[in-house]
Amino acid sequence: MASRVFHTEGITKVYRTGNVEVHALRGVDAELFMGEFTVLLGASGSGKSTLLNILGGLDSATAGKAWFRDKELTAMRERELTRYRRDHVGFVFQFYNLVPSLTARENVALVTEVAKDPMSPEEALERVGLSARIDHFPAELSGGEQQRVAIARAIAKRPEVLLCDEPTGALDSKTGVQVLEALDRINRDLGTTTVIITHNAGIRAMAHRVIQIADGGIADVVVNETRIDASEIEW
Amino acid sequence: MRALDKKLVRDIRRLWAQSLAIAAVLAVGVMIMVMAFGTQRSLTETRDTYYERSRMADIWSGAQRAPKSLLPEIAAIEGVARVEARISQFAILDIPGMDDPAMGQLLSVPAGGVPEMNVPVLREGRFPEMGKENEVMLALAFAEAHGFGPGDSFAITLNGQKREVVVTGVALSPEFIYTIGPGSIMPDDQRFGVMWMAEDVLAAAFNLSGAFNSITLGVTRGTDLAPVKDALENILKPYGGTGPYDREQQVSNAFIQGELDQLDVMARVVPPIFLVVSAFLVNMVLGRLITLEREQIGLLKALGYGDAEIVWHYLKLSLGIGAIGVLIGWGAGYVLSSVMANIYVEYFKFPYLVFMQRPSVYAIGAAAGLFSAMLGALLSVRRIARLSPAVAMSPPAPTRFRRGIFDRLITFFRPRQPTMMILRSIGRWPVRAALTSFGISLSAAIIVAGLFMFDSFDELIDIAFVQANRQDAILDFAIPRPESVLDDIENLPGVMVAEGALTMPARLYHEHYSRTIAVEGYREGNRLVRVFDGNERVDVKPEHGIVLAERLADHLQVRTGDMIEVEFLQVDDTRHKVIVTGTVSQFFGLSAYMDNDNLAALTGRAPQMLMANVVIDEAFEKELYQAIKDAPAISGITLLSQVRRGFDETIKESAGITLTVYTFLAALIAIGVVYNSARIQLSERARELASLRILGFTRGEVSYILLGELFILTIVAIPLGLWIGYGMAAAMIESFKSDLYALPLIVTDKTYWRAALVVAGASLASALIVRRRIDRMDLVSVMKTRE
Repeated sequence: MASRVFHTEGITKVYRTGNVEVHALRGVDAELFMGEFTVLLGASGSGKSTLLNILGGLDSATAGKAWFRDKELTAMRERELTRYRRDHVGFVFQFYNLVPSLTARENVALVTEVAKDPMSPEEALERVGLSARIDHFPAELSGGEQQRVAIARAIAKRPEVLLCDEPTGALDSKTGVQVLEALDRINRDLGTTTVIITHNAGIRAMAHRVIQIADGGIADVVVNETRIDASEIEW
Repeated sequence: MRALDKKLVRDIRRLWAQSLAIAAVLAVGVMIMVMAFGTQRSLTETRDTYYERSRMADIWSGAQRAPKSLLPEIAAIEGVARVEARISQFAILDIPGMDDPAMGQLLSVPAGGVPEMNVPVLREGRFPEMGKENEVMLALAFAEAHGFGPGDSFAITLNGQKREVVVTGVALSPEFIYTIGPGSIMPDDQRFGVMWMAEDVLAAAFNLSGAFNSITLGVTRGTDLAPVKDALENILKPYGGTGPYDREQQVSNAFIQGELDQLDVMARVVPPIFLVVSAFLVNMVLGRLITLEREQIGLLKALGYGDAEIVWHYLKLSLGIGAIGVLIGWGAGYVLSSVMANIYVEYFKFPYLVFMQRPSVYAIGAAAGLFSAMLGALLSVRRIARLSPAVAMSPPAPTRFRRGIFDRLITFFRPRQPTMMILRSIGRWPVRAALTSFGISLSAAIIVAGLFMFDSFDELIDIAFVQANRQDAILDFAIPRPESVLDDIENLPGVMVAEGALTMPARLYHEHYSRTIAVEGYREGNRLVRVFDGNERVDVKPEHGIVLAERLADHLQVRTGDMIEVEFLQVDDTRHKVIVTGTVSQFFGLSAYMDNDNLAALTGRAPQMLMANVVIDEAFEKELYQAIKDAPAISGITLLSQVRRGFDETIKESAGITLTVYTFLAALIAIGVVYNSARIQLSERARELASLRILGFTRGEVSYILLGELFILTIVAIPLGLWIGYGMAAAMIESFKSDLYALPLIVTDKTYWRAALVVAGASLASALIVRRRIDRMDLVSVMKTRE
């Protein structure tokens, strides 16, 4: 069995707004494994994004513990979390979040300039099939292309884990498939542990592992024996 | 309250820090306008009322000894309404407990008991009575400086006779609202005072029975002064007339006018700077607000609101900010103008204050303030009309960046990506960057323009009191003396060197220009008073011609080598042709210099000394002072060391206050601009910066991207601001130039550094405030919100 990349013990997250308490996570125990392509599936508000953000070092837990390998994320200070994100994690978001004043190549270079052992921006963009659009500004790219630049930017530092929050949420089926293909290829070629949040059940068939989240807890974990290609996904 | 208006109130409350920063800048503009115009009006009104009530003269002239029989002839000059002849003399005073001699200007009180013109306003006691040889009335400033009141006494040397006098009263005079002694440039109430004695007493003391040596005229309203002065000059010429002058050249009035002019310049120059900056800030903040609320604007349009209603909604926001600024400005302006007017009344000796608060000044202030806010707003709200509801409700497309020449240039240098982001942002919004930089530069400019004056004063002191005038004291003679008197002066205890000086009132002509001035005698080999060119730092010799002060040469439209005509007022009508052999920079008065021997040849008179410049051995100071107090021939003394010290002290006093005020004003502008820019940048780029944080960039690195741009803009702004400040300084020097004085235009490195540091400091402080917001940025929520 592959070694664990992440594991959590009783992770709880409570948001307080005024007198209202929202329990986003209620004592989650989860495990994610090296090299796997994992899909977190759940309705909106189920807590899947909160879990991903805690694993990515973007958010803190109210209670419980989370580890990246043998390092306890929940015990890290802000400075260590920044270091952790910088060295180990790649993020992809629904709304791309590219820097509009930098070209595709420069957006990737933003990361490669501060990473320890990065691939070149050209190689990263090659891996997502965007070599032809390398000197374009975000405003000159389609949504799918922008998302692929974001993926290139996320993987250019060769992160151990790639965390994607609704990466296809703002895309149509054709460009969505292109993005998923890029993610799948990176998972296969580089062995990057990949976690994708989606509410699109069709995507589950391409994962090694599917974690179903509901009401702030894990409802079900399914390990796929066989995986389908991104191109075969029914949208 | 309508829903939109509720939104308005909440918007202002939400944007309170930025709104207040803008309102404060605007308030300063309105405040200075209200204060400067208000003070100017009060002061003008006070002066005019005082002049009117005290029947201040319109024309003055001195003479050596003119018979009173001339008076009917003078009164008959067309336009003359009042004539008063009097005796005006300088005298050495011996004040108990004071080593160095003081000097008094004695004015006669006529037989009627009270002068008809330039009427002193009695503060205490009474006027001196006829025939009472030892009665004197003092001007308030001098009395206060020595704690004198009715009944106190001191000694006075009248034409060689020392006598004890008793104070009968204390009064204010419209002629001496601002009192400075001869040769001085600052009031020194300890050592120079104005005082009144009975006319018959002074006439007996100075051999002026049936005669006068000073005359003042009042004219009917609307009279042209020039012909009156000409007529008076002609009548007095045979009696040693010194040339008539009017209020413009009257020292006290000229200084007050200079102060009023400065207030006027302040009211016209400074407020526009603040109003322009606040318009820019309104434009910036409102522009950002509209961008942020484009979806709401789209929604309002979809709900059926018209463009005009929505535009009006946003204009009201800026008017709200403007109104807050105007109210603060009004309040502060009101308080300041009453404080200022009282300070002026204290500093200048007015008997009362006519405190004028013209509603029009407040109205203009409010109009200017609201107009600036509106102007700033109008430039941003134009975008509202262009938004179509459908487009407005979808998130905006990423900002378009293109590769221009500027871009190729920066990519050529291959900066790291964060630096690239900074440079591209400047390149993408060059106008905004330029305006921001310009706004910050005004902050530096205001410091240079506010503080350079002290550099100019330093230069002036150096040239006027160190380079050009090296004597320790100037001794005035009661009557002109031959050169041999210098031997007697050198025999006084403690006098090491004595050099004579004479002046002759003269009128210079060139083409249709003419000017009445005093020609000063020059003697080869004299060391104490130099004809010194401050610009070139060299001595200038008149040789066989005449050397003119630069401003005098400008008035006459002549240059070195030109011929002018000189008429000596106390001699005859002859106009002598004289060549201009040079010009010198000169800061006080308008002087011309001719060689003593040349003067004697032209006038047919042996050189007569009116003053002696002396160098004093400090060890014998007391003996010298005592000797001077007892010396019959000496009618006055000016101690230059005291003048210098007084000048230095006065400047140091005001330098501290001025520095504080201008630093505050400049910091306000810099903070207003930088803080608002940074806040807006933060708002625009929150998402971008948050994603960088997620990518693993530290807070410092992210702050660099945001604040780096402002850092660059500040760096550009500082030299620009120093340059603008220099321009403003030059314009101010030009506008303050008068016959009385001119300031050299000097801005030292110290002033430039001060301006640069204040701006850099204020920018840094505002950047750090915004930096705290970057540090506290909630990454998750920023990423969740759609632009």
